[in-house]
Amino acid sequence: MRLLAISIFSLLLWSSCTSNNRSNSILPIYGNREPVTKTVDGKIVTDTVYQTIPDFSFVNQYGKQINRKSLDGSIYVADFFFTSCPSICPIMHRNMLNVYKEFKNNGNVKIISHSIDPGHDSVPVLKKYADNLGISGDNWWFLQGNKEATYKLAESYLTAVKEDKSAPGGFVHAGYFILIDKQKRIRGTYDGTNADEVAKLIADVKTLQAEPENAIAQ
Amino acid sequence: MKYKIIALLLVVIAALAYSCQSESEIEYMRYYTSGQELYKTRCQNCHGAQGEGLAALIPPLTDLEYLKKNREKLACYIENGLQLPILVNGKAYNGQMPASGLAPIEIAQVLTYVQNSFGNKMGLHNVEQVNGELGKCE
Repeated sequence: MRLLAISIFSLLLWSSCTSNNRSNSILPIYGNREPVTKTVDGKIVTDTVYQTIPDFSFVNQYGKQINRKSLDGSIYVADFFFTSCPSICPIMHRNMLNVYKEFKNNGNVKIISHSIDPGHDSVPVLKKYADNLGISGDNWWFLQGNKEATYKLAESYLTAVKEDKSAPGGFVHAGYFILIDKQKRIRGTYDGTNADEVAKLIADVKTLQAEPENAIAQ
Repeated sequence: MKYKIIALLLVVIAALAYSCQSESEIEYMRYYTSGQELYKTRCQNCHGAQGEGLAALIPPLTDLEYLKKNREKLACYIENGLQLPILVNGKAYNGQMPASGLAPIEIAQVLTYVQNSFGNKMGLHNVEQVNGELGKCE
């Protein structure tokens, strides 16, 4: 009898696990969140406000001003790099090229790569880098601007960059790709140097594309 | 009797030649496997797991013609880095390769690996050759 109870219990556990797996088709939302209470139509409702990417203003490889609004209506993937980076950047962008190719003909997915070395990476340098990588059009932007603003923005992507003369190329940074939804919320972080994780990123972008506009995800 | 001695001698010579060959084969494999490890940690990020390079930014290592023509300069390129524009597979590459900081024996191992991978088959590039070539860097 006891054995039967245990086996039923474990069967229940197992089935609850598998159903959890299935509901994985909704991606988690990362970052801070806080409840906000407001009055709507005379009723008090509590809403959850998620951390979003703050406004910024940088210039892309075409010399065009790009800010938070330029990404309205787009799912996007962000990373931080510099063109003279001798260590992890080539492998990051070899992997990012797969993301680019997958969504090149899909207007609502963009890639933005922030240069953390704007002193060297001027607009013409970024344009040449993009050309050499085979990038055209407006699906992948290489952005440069104020260095402190870039470093500050990196923090809101939950990633860190800093200058360090002893590191190869003079900077240390984590090679993460960060997935942002249309509401500017962080929905995933992936090791950009790992081809398997980048394949997961491509799958997750497709999941996000299929997500209803006003879905409630936890 | 005479023929027997000759036959025996031939067998001995053949055996010697065989053992010599396998010894050089062992040396080659030793270079190749060490070179493979070094390639993974020191070269692969840029040049790729298949030596494919990266678009027009980083040259591939699959141009056998280039490797043959420049075989004696390769050690210097790895030792000192490379700033000049180079022509690989008929395409120009203008980027910079940083100096590697590898020891001559490591350069020889990496060169042996690269010149016998990705469709290349150029045999052993040993440390004596590398030392000679490093003495003539431009």
